[in-house]
Amino acid sequence: MRRAALPTVLVLALLGAWEAYAQLGSVDDFLLPAPTEVADSLWTDRSLLWHDFRVTAGEVLLGIGVALVAGIACAVALHFSALLRRATYPLLVASQTVPIVVIAPLLVVWLGYDLAPKLAIIGLICFFPVTVTALDGLRGVDPELRKLMRTLDASRWQTFRRVEAPAALPSVLSGAKIAVAVAVIGAVLAEQAGSSEGLGHLILQAIPQFETARAYAAVVVLSAFAVILFGALSLAERRLVPWAHRSQGDSPA
Amino acid sequence: MDAVVVEAVTRAYGDVVALRDMSLRVDGGEVVAVVGPSGCGKSTLLELVCGLQRPDAGRVDSGPAVLMPQRDLLLPWSSALDNAALPLLVHGVSRGAARERARPLFAQLGLEGFEAARPDELSGGMRQRVAFLRTLLAGKPVLALDEPFASLDALTRSQMQEWLAEALAREPRTVLLVTHDVEEAVVLADRVVVMSPRPGRAVGEIEVGLPRPRVRTDPAAVSLRERALEMLT
Repeated sequence: MRRAALPTVLVLALLGAWEAYAQLGSVDDFLLPAPTEVADSLWTDRSLLWHDFRVTAGEVLLGIGVALVAGIACAVALHFSALLRRATYPLLVASQTVPIVVIAPLLVVWLGYDLAPKLAIIGLICFFPVTVTALDGLRGVDPELRKLMRTLDASRWQTFRRVEAPAALPSVLSGAKIAVAVAVIGAVLAEQAGSSEGLGHLILQAIPQFETARAYAAVVVLSAFAVILFGALSLAERRLVPWAHRSQGDSPA
Repeated sequence: MDAVVVEAVTRAYGDVVALRDMSLRVDGGEVVAVVGPSGCGKSTLLELVCGLQRPDAGRVDSGPAVLMPQRDLLLPWSSALDNAALPLLVHGVSRGAARERARPLFAQLGLEGFEAARPDELSGGMRQRVAFLRTLLAGKPVLALDEPFASLDALTRSQMQEWLAEALAREPRTVLLVTHDVEEAVVLADRVVVMSPRPGRAVGEIEVGLPRPRVRTDPAAVSLRERALEMLT
């Protein structure tokens, strides 16, 4: 647990500074609530936060799921077809430059007020990191290993299944970790573009009501959620791809 | 057993001519070592024999050949046993049956007890033995070995050479062994082919003809080594 000590100290120090600034300074509570006020809101608004959190968490998880399935499928297709890769890679990069803030309201008008536009927006944001990392993982396989597989009479599919897919797994997990962080932002954007619930909606409602502490409390919940997802993926990484973390120098010989 | 015939082969990569007018013959069941300075196209020669490349000119004729690359290239996510059994798995043998065929060989190679170990838990010599098992289990008559022991320390290397000589005595194959180690060539091969610097071609040949098992300090072996070294320079 010593590894947790340093971040804990840092967070406490930052919170302390923030508290002191908010309490002693002349900043209005409506602009910057003190951490204690945020904590207070976390407790008093807990049922409200919990309700909206469940909505947002559902969107985030589903959205990441959609992005993973679509991103990996796309990476595999691009990996197998050089023609497809050349034709669509620029398009893929371009998709990432689309300003989501601009198209989010349009998507809401187009797809409706419910889950669909949220999934589309989260999926769109997460798709790129997932696809690019998966494709890099697939293409990064040692060319010597490909040659070896060919002299073992492995078919294209065999090489994919036995070598390329497992070799790409660490990259895919890295992509998923990036996706987790951006998915939360995507969910908030999507909810603010048009929604009747979720933490993004709650933040949007809280600010004009001068419930700034509640808005901050929602941000805290979102951050904690992203950190937990990230941690879960790191854990999965250690379980699923232990070879990617052990260095050659650790061998007992 | 299948032979390997390389006849007047030229292979170039752009302006760099790796092989020019290279000829070589390995009879069925024979072990031929190819020695040459680095960059003389030895690896290209092996890839031509394995059908991974085509010659620009000349003819390459070989039975089905399997490549044992310089680095062991074991799959880090698979156990030693599954790495050795990889060719069987690729050929559609079930996992259970493939493991059963690989398992007895582990004992023969002194790898007993390491079946479940991941490659990064094995020493360099063990990894190389697993890689050689994988090569054997490909079940091909021709083995193309690309400096298989170059990455090992001197002691492990000589142990591995003895071990390879025994393995081939037990299970003869047609072997084309590329190496820059003249001593290794003399200890392991029936014949040693000496190549020129790039563009590589055969400039000499030594019939080893020493009884096995060979001792590297045997005066006859030493004098053959000297002859080969002379041809190289």
